[in-house]
Amino acid sequence: MDFRVIADNFSFLMLQGFFGFGDFAGGTLRLALPAIVLGFLLGLLIGLARLSNSTWLSLPAKIYVEFFRGVPLVMVIFWFWFIVPALLGRSLPEYSVALTAFVVFEAAYLAEIVRAGIQSVPHGQVEAATATGLSRTPMMRYVILPQALRNMIPALVTQFIVLLKDTSLASIIGYVDLTKAAQIVNNREIRPFELYLFIAVIYWLCSYAMSRYARRWERSPGHGAV
Amino acid sequence: MTYQFDWSVLWSGQTGTWLLQGVLITLELSGLGWLVAIALGVVSGALRTVPVAPLRWLAAAYVEFFRNVPLLVWMFFWYFGMPPLLPTGLREWLLDHGAEFWAGVCALGVYHGARFSEVIRAGIRSIPKTQLEAALSTGLTVTQAYRLILIPIALRLIVPPATNETLNLLKNSSVALTIGVAELTFQTRQIEAYTAKAFEALAAGTVIYLALCLAIAAVMARVERRVAIPGMIAQGQSGEA
Repeated sequence: MDFRVIADNFSFLMLQGFFGFGDFAGGTLRLALPAIVLGFLLGLLIGLARLSNSTWLSLPAKIYVEFFRGVPLVMVIFWFWFIVPALLGRSLPEYSVALTAFVVFEAAYLAEIVRAGIQSVPHGQVEAATATGLSRTPMMRYVILPQALRNMIPALVTQFIVLLKDTSLASIIGYVDLTKAAQIVNNREIRPFELYLFIAVIYWLCSYAMSRYARRWERSPGHGAV
Repeated sequence: MTYQFDWSVLWSGQTGTWLLQGVLITLELSGLGWLVAIALGVVSGALRTVPVAPLRWLAAAYVEFFRNVPLLVWMFFWYFGMPPLLPTGLREWLLDHGAEFWAGVCALGVYHGARFSEVIRAGIRSIPKTQLEAALSTGLTVTQAYRLILIPIALRLIVPPATNETLNLLKNSSVALTIGVAELTFQTRQIEAYTAKAFEALAAGTVIYLALCLAIAAVMARVERRVAIPGMIAQGQSGEA
């Protein structure tokens, strides 16, 4: 075992692989952060559609969620990797393909979080808002969603942890994230044990720190006292 | 769009056999991984609730370390990282006997074991404390109380979240293609490479995964009804990890 390989390649692994500064359009965080934001916006729309009274909105949303929750993420990434060039007639960079695949896939899971968050708001809130004369849209916007969002935060953090770990799968289409960066270094140095253990520790630090944060938020006084 | 559909690529020539082999490998990989995961999950999940602090810490360390690292990294770690540390004889034997498959089983089993552990811990926690006290007062040791009373009850309570985890494991078995296990996604890509019919190949793989998931969910729903403990149904659902 020789951990000097980590020190020698530290800036490539971390700056290029983890943050995405460097010669490649890569980076774990550069994929994970936009993916969670865009995925949440799409998930919010799908989650609201699922709760709609109109079957024309709720049924397609339900099918969307059930479909993507029944298919492996690897399969979804390959769909976008092979189908988008066939549709557009030209290939797209790995970053766009990976980001699209993650947004579409994660939106299905985030929609369920949004739905659960909205359903966790006590029904008395709806009645009170109706009694003050609010119609459906302002009621959702000013009364229900602000409370629902607060309830969703722990689940959203957990989903972000899942997403951060899942971004390692973007390496299979050649996107240079932390995992691919370790592979690139390993091809040159042949130090698999040290390199894969190192990236395991990096992923672990991020995930564990965030899960501690989510747990503290769940326990914090005042939470849920709406 | 000028794409020419040709669904016959899915059954002409060898592709039908490839798909079938892919499904079988996916089921073998997931099945063995599932057994490892359940075994690790039950042991570590139970240990996390016992009244002996060092055992709790040990189990917590296992769970927190393994579930917070991507499965793909574990695949690489078990397949590329571990063999160089093994004795030469064992390493060569493994490489001759499908090392990638066993690395895949290890990675799936250990990663999902940590996730099952959380489900089982929640199941044991949801059992009223009086059950343990009653078991101990009849003269059972703590080990016997866990083995004969608490774990059997917990396993009956956690069927819904365990089903969820089982489906996750099945879907995650597709990650094993990265270390060269010829499972369903791998065969789908192989068909795409040989026939250049990406849409048909991916559609076949996707439909098979959906069908497997639905089938497992249907079987587990029956199991859930059979093993449900009357009056305790609602508690089983609280074990979502």
